[in-house]
Amino acid sequence: MDNRSLITLAEHSREKLLYLIEMAQEFEKHPNRRLLEGRIAATLFFEPSTRTRLSFETAANRLGAKVIGFADPKVTSGTKGEILKDTIKMVSNYADIIIMRHYLEGAAKYASEVTRIPILNAGDGANQHPSQTMLDLYTIYQSQGTLENLNIYLVGDLKYGRTVHSLLTAMRHFNPTFHFIAPDELAMPEHYKQYCKDNGIKYHEYKEFDADVISGADILYMTRVQKERFSDLMEYERVKDAYLLKKDMLVKARPNMKILHPLPRVNEIEYSIDDTPYAYYFQQAQNGLYARQALISDALGITLEDVRNDKTIIG
Amino acid sequence: MKRQELQVAALRSGTVIDHIPSDKLFQVVSLLHLDKMETPVTIGYNLKSGKMGSKAIVKVSDKFFTDEELNQLAVITPNVTLCIIRDYEVVEKKEVTLPETLIGLVKCSNPMCICNHEPMATRFHVVDSEKRVVKCSYCNHEMALEKMQII
Ligand SMILES: [Zn+2]
Repeated sequence: MDNRSLITLAEHSREKLLYLIEMAQEFEKHPNRRLLEGRIAATLFFEPSTRTRLSFETAANRLGAKVIGFADPKVTSGTKGEILKDTIKMVSNYADIIIMRHYLEGAAKYASEVTRIPILNAGDGANQHPSQTMLDLYTIYQSQGTLENLNIYLVGDLKYGRTVHSLLTAMRHFNPTFHFIAPDELAMPEHYKQYCKDNGIKYHEYKEFDADVISGADILYMTRVQKERFSDLMEYERVKDAYLLKKDMLVKARPNMKILHPLPRVNEIEYSIDDTPYAYYFQQAQNGLYARQALISDALGITLEDVRNDKTIIG
Repeated sequence: MKRQELQVAALRSGTVIDHIPSDKLFQVVSLLHLDKMETPVTIGYNLKSGKMGSKAIVKVSDKFFTDEELNQLAVITPNVTLCIIRDYEVVEKKEVTLPETLIGLVKCSNPMCICNHEPMATRFHVVDSEKRVVKCSYCNHEMALEKMQII
């Protein structure tokens, strides 16, 4: 019903993405404001995700909004057995925006159809997680000074990793060259490769992961290779260590190369890499705050102009 | 009149839906709510058909469906033929075409889709009408219409 809802970034134009990046830049300069004073944001986490919830709640709090909600539906008797529509309608009476995470695919889209207040999708099962994509775009832009013509290497689980799929889709506006590095069982699905062909996105595929392969990277995007994704455990044992990033693999890296990871990592990135100039994943997590401040503001109808003329900056 | 058309009594006025595969008849009945119809409905079942082997035919007296209602049939039986009858004459022949959007007609085959957990209408957009592939508006999964369950 309300077109200010954010369900996916897939439909966003190039201009809109750059606009949101500019807004996030303003929030990076001054994250503490009273821009959203008097507003109430509800965070409804039907599936627990501490990391994402804290990031959203911090974003709202630092802009002066009040936050209500729940972190885990199991401890919230109010939503027990209640259908999603009823919960959304009830909360819509209290809040100005709903930030929701749900284990079912399409939950945020459906929620946006049953309420007048904007819905911000904080992840709906295996489907979409637009705030992660937005912070990834912002991080790439921040670290490279542009989104144009970059060589982006995606490593690890390219089959189930929704973050890499969303990133691929969002980057189509910026003439990227993608490089897919994954074991056979977790290779980039055929329909995403077809998507690349349909949209004129160049891509290359590799099975090996070494210093030579990644020497052309501007962005090295690491993901977790999870045991539960494998039907053949022998195969998992064979490949589990093949997609770990070790410090000595960075000897041929470009000086501007940055390593990203949606976090949490397990052992995909050797800890000694944290101290190199290539490590950028903690900055990436920090950027989640600015990206989410931009998404919340935009959903509430606040424009880039408003943010630039904002007189409520604190400190 | 040819012999095969005489297998079911002629209709004075109304709609004839012909060339329904016999095994799809009951889905057609429920989709068009023929069981709730108040005018006479004649159903021929397991009739011999040259090109189909076995077919069903439905004749609904004094009922003229909208294109929207009829096009829903394309979900189950894309090759039916429709005749609009007035005074025993065929005044119009129609074919059904798959609508661009299917609302509340078929079930999403993704068990993790919200529409399989909430009391809500399903919604699909046709992405390839020739191959009959649709995409769920909620979970974004693409699926073949032939393999989907009718609601
Ligand atoms: Zn679905």
